[in-house]
Order: sequence, then structure tokens, then C-alpha cells
Amino acid sequence: MSAQPVPETDSGATTSPIASEASERTLNGDLIETVADGPRVQVASQVVALWVENLTVSFDGFKALNDVTLLLDRGELRCIIGPNGAGKTTLMDCITGKTRPDSGSVYLESRLHNLTELSECEIAQLGIGRKFQRPTVFPQHTVYENCELALAGSRGVFHSLFSRLSKKDKERIDQVLETIGLADLKGRMAGLLSHGHKQWLEIGMLLALDPKVLLIDEPVAGMTQPEMERTAELMQRLAGERTVVVVEHDMEFVRSIARKVTVLHEGRILSEGPMAEIQRDPRVIEVYLGT
Amino acid sequence: MRERLLQFHGRRGWVVLAVAAAVLIVLVPLLNSLPRSFPLSVPDYLIPLLGKFLCYGIMAIAMDLVWGYTGILSLGHALFFALGGYGMGMYLMRRMAGEGVYRSNLPDFMVFLDWKQLPWYWHGFQHFGFAVAMLLLVPGLLALVFGWFAFRSRIKGVYLSIVTQALTFAAMLLFFQNATGFGGNNGLTDFKHLLGRSLQSPSTKLALYIASAVALVLTYLLCRFVVTSKLGRVLTAIRDAELKTRFCGYESTHYKVFVWTLSAMLCALAGALYVPQVGIINPSEMQPSNSIELAIWVAVGGRGTLVGPLLGALLLNGAKSYLTAAFPSAWLYVLGGIFVLVTLFLPRGVLGLLTAARKRKAASPDRPVEAERPAPAERGAAPEKATVST
Repeated sequence: MSAQPVPETDSGATTSPIASEASERTLNGDLIETVADGPRVQVASQVVALWVENLTVSFDGFKALNDVTLLLDRGELRCIIGPNGAGKTTLMDCITGKTRPDSGSVYLESRLHNLTELSECEIAQLGIGRKFQRPTVFPQHTVYENCELALAGSRGVFHSLFSRLSKKDKERIDQVLETIGLADLKGRMAGLLSHGHKQWLEIGMLLALDPKVLLIDEPVAGMTQPEMERTAELMQRLAGERTVVVVEHDMEFVRSIARKVTVLHEGRILSEGPMAEIQRDPRVIEVYLGT
Repeated sequence: MRERLLQFHGRRGWVVLAVAAAVLIVLVPLLNSLPRSFPLSVPDYLIPLLGKFLCYGIMAIAMDLVWGYTGILSLGHALFFALGGYGMGMYLMRRMAGEGVYRSNLPDFMVFLDWKQLPWYWHGFQHFGFAVAMLLLVPGLLALVFGWFAFRSRIKGVYLSIVTQALTFAAMLLFFQNATGFGGNNGLTDFKHLLGRSLQSPSTKLALYIASAVALVLTYLLCRFVVTSKLGRVLTAIRDAELKTRFCGYESTHYKVFVWTLSAMLCALAGALYVPQVGIINPSEMQPSNSIELAIWVAVGGRGTLVGPLLGALLLNGAKSYLTAAFPSAWLYVLGGIFVLVTLFLPRGVLGLLTAARKRKAASPDRPVEAERPAPAERGAAPEKATVST
């Protein structure tokens, strides 16, 4: 068994009641795995959604991530902030399989799969959805077809050759379109949508994928104020059912949604805790908020 | 079932398709049977020529599957076509054992090379079923293996085009060698009969033409089935945003290998129908210009439409036959000119021009999906498509 992950113990994290709670749970989780007690294992895996352990990534000697350990509870809405080059996107890349880390591991819920050994598609199938910084939809497909492609289900070649949408699938797509407010535009080519609509469509596709963990990279970049408010509302609604991780630059937006914030700086976790505490942390102010 | 078929085409599309199929499969043979004095009669010499065009049509549709729909520009499809042709050629050579110039049981070129026995890979080709299976499976397997390694290594765009071109060129050099055992630069020719019927007789030629027409219609339907399935939508998604498709959980490599192999096998089928109609197969069928010409047919007709590439193949080959006879030196300039003009002014090809005209008349942009899914040809005509692929 690998080393027990302990969240970075810096002032922000240790003083935060949430963080200390999380590490207790981790302790529980490990203990339970050793005893292999059926029902209690389930309890443990119900608590932790994503487990990032001692992750290190370097590009030509430059350490983009340096021994990052991160624990996400189920249903949590976590914001990751940090100045440019702090390693936020690299962290996302490692979790989703786009970048292979030099060392460290990432686990989803139960510790069955080390995500750093799987391909992007396998990770997506396990239940991690990712929204890119630039809205990425399939431009030559209609809004409806975009959701259809994202819909959870078998991804096999021959299955898709013969598969048809079931009634349940259709209901699910309609429900997603309703949630993101694009039901009226379902026949429109996705490439013709406005920037904000594309962002929502992409979030809708993630909903259709029905992931356990949602990674969202700069969701409000380039959005107008009302669009931003709607997005904040959408994020709040998404958390709870699933774990949501938002990487964002826009501090106002982070303030409006954040319950717990992780600050990355130069590839390390600088601070972690509720937004109010983070804002008071002198080191965070120094590297990020103050400027 | 009915609903699924209507996803292939709307009612009008099916009517057009049925008429086109009837013209190709029934009307042309009927006109051929009319006496020559009759004004619309199709002379015998045109039948193998038309049959050849239909084989090119199959090839163009197969190419559209990989290029138009999946964004893989292959410059090596002539290889699969030629391999299919060689497979058929081997059958034809084996069936004429003892009837060659040297009256030997070996094909003439082997006698000429003073070979005493048949190379092992020629065995079994005297059986039609075995030959057909092989001429589909061998190119299919080659495509599968090549595709697996190329796509798994994420080779794409112009790099993939170059690799496919190189593969084809290497194969051509290999087949030029006498020692390879496929007749060197003369290839396989002087065929006598197919399934016991003389290849010289007009009725056999007509039968081969009809077989090509049926194969073309079936190929079209198969490809239409593929591109209107969810798999087809995944292919287009890979073309437009491969990484996103992977993050949606689709292993894009598997999808690409599938469509690549299918396309190669359809090309092989086209090659097998082509060889008995033209009477020869040699390594020049693999020359780079053939693969490039194929890409031009598809681009001129309109990528991602299936119908367009078919039209492109028929139109350009018709023009080629006429022009190389009438103005032999002008053809290459005409072909180049057409390609330049189409690339500059018709990014969606000839078919894009037609559907755009129809769309202007109809003009109702926001149609609901599902029940009234716009026909793929129209979907291809979305205003901002210019950035497609390679």
C-alpha cells in the first residue's frame, strides 16, 4: 500500500476545520482498506472522490508540479487558483491522462485504478469529465448531437455502429438541454453558437457524460456579467451530486462560488481552505491576491 | 427500421437513389441490347469503360469515408485498389493454366523466368471463393496493421499522407521486381475467362458491368449506413476535435482503424472488379499520381457527402476519357485547373454548389432535429465549414 496521503500542512489547511476533517477520513480510509471490512469500505469510498498523491511533473527540468497532494470530497466544489504558470492546467492534464507525471498517482474513489496509467478515454469512461479553457464542442454537429456523443454509455466501435437512442437516452438529453438552457437551439450547428452558449453546451456535454468528477478550466473567460452569474449558479447546482473542480482566474467569480479554495504557486500547494481564510493568508496575498 | 432508413436519405433522396440505381443496373444494359442504329443505344465498347468508371466511383466513396468524414487524407489508397486487382488477376491467371502462350500450367511470366513451380502464395487462387476472400482480406489486414501502428502513434495530417504515399511507393517498387512473383513491370495480363465465361464476349463484359453497378450501389448504401450511425458521428467528431472526442471517452484509434480498414477493403473490391474489365493489372496502378487523382475526384465532388465524390469520379473520368482522346496534351492542364478552381471557389465541391443553390430556395435554418434531421449533404453545407480537415 502506498504512503498515506497527508494534505500539505500549511497554516491555511491546518487551521481549516474542513481540511483536518478530510485527513481524518483519509486515515479511516486506509485503516478500512487494511481490514477490508465490506460496508465500511463503501463508506470510505463515498467520502473521497479524488485522490492526488505526491504528483510531480517536470518539463525539461522545470517542475510544473512539485509533490502535489490533493484530496477532494464527494460533492465538493473546489476552486483552484494561482498565478500564471502555477501548474493548474498541468494538474488537470495529469488527472485526465493528457500528461504523464514523473511520479505520484491519482486515484478515483476506490483505489482500484491509478489514473496515471490509463489513457484519456479510459479515464473519461471511469467518470472524470473535463472542460477545456477554450470552449471545445463538435462544430459540425448539432447541439443535440453533441449531447448525444457525450452521453454516458458504451464507447465501442461496433456498438456505436448499431446503437440507437433509447427513450431513456432521449429523456436524458432533453433534461441536459433544459439544464443548460439550450433546448431551443438543439437543432443548431454547435459551431454557430455564441461563445457563451458554447461554454454551456460544453458543460452540458459533461453532464450528459455523467461524470463523478468534473474538472472545469476557466469557465467564465470571455463571458459577460449575466452569463457569468448564470454559470456560477450552474456550478453551484452541479456540486453536491458530483465533485466539481474549477480552475479560474476571475477572483470575483471564485468568490461567488467557492466554498473551499486551493492556491497553487510554482507547482506547489501554497494554501488550502475556505475563501475567507485564504484571503487573509499573508503568503497568498503576497503571491497572488495582493497584486 | 423505416425510421433508420429515412436517416439515410429523405423520401426524395431515396427516389433519386432508386432512379440512379435503375439507370445504372437496368437501363444501360437495356440500351446496350438495342440495335446499334437506334439513337440512344449504348455501344459495346462503352460498357467496360463505364464499368471502369463505376469501380473508380466505389473507390471515391471509400476514400470519402476516410478523408471527408474522418479527416484522414490518404495518398495510398491506390495500393489497396491494386492489391484487390492483383488478387483477381491471380485467379484469372490460374484459371487459364495450360492455355497460355507456353501451354504450361504455370502463368506465362513464370515460364519466361524459368521458374519450375508455383510460389507458395499462388496456391489456392484457382478457386474463385478463396481468391475473393484473399483479395479482400489481404488488403484489409495490411490496412489494419498499418492503421493500428500509424493511428496509435497519433500520426495525422500531412505526416500520415506522406507515410501512406511512401508505403504505396515502396509496394510499387516491390511489385516491379520480377522476383516478387507478380509478373514484374508487365504485371498480370492476357486473361482468358472468368468463372468459365470468356472475357472477350460482350455478355461477360455486360455482366461485369452490372456486377460493378450493383457493387457500387451496395457500397454506397453500406457507407451511408456507416456515416448515419452514431459511429459516423463519432468519426466526424474525431475529424473536427479529436482530443475532445477522446476526453468524451471514445478511443479514437479504434474508430480510425475501423474506418481505414473498411475503406481499404472497399478499394480492394473496386480493384477486383476493375481488373477483368480492363484486362491487365501492373504496378503502375500503384503510382503516386493515381492516389492523388483519387483525392482530386473526392475534393472536386465534395468531401463528406458520399454522393459528391462519386459524381466527381464519374465526371472527371468521363472528361479524362474524352479529352485524352480529343486533346491528348491538354488533359493534365485541365485537371490541374479544375482542382485549383474548385479549391479556391468551391470548398465544398460540385455537390456543395448544388446543395447551396437548393438551400437558398428552401431557406429554413433552424429545423428541429430527430424527426427532420437534415440530410448529411445539407449538413455538410453549413456556412462555416471551410476549415475542414487534412
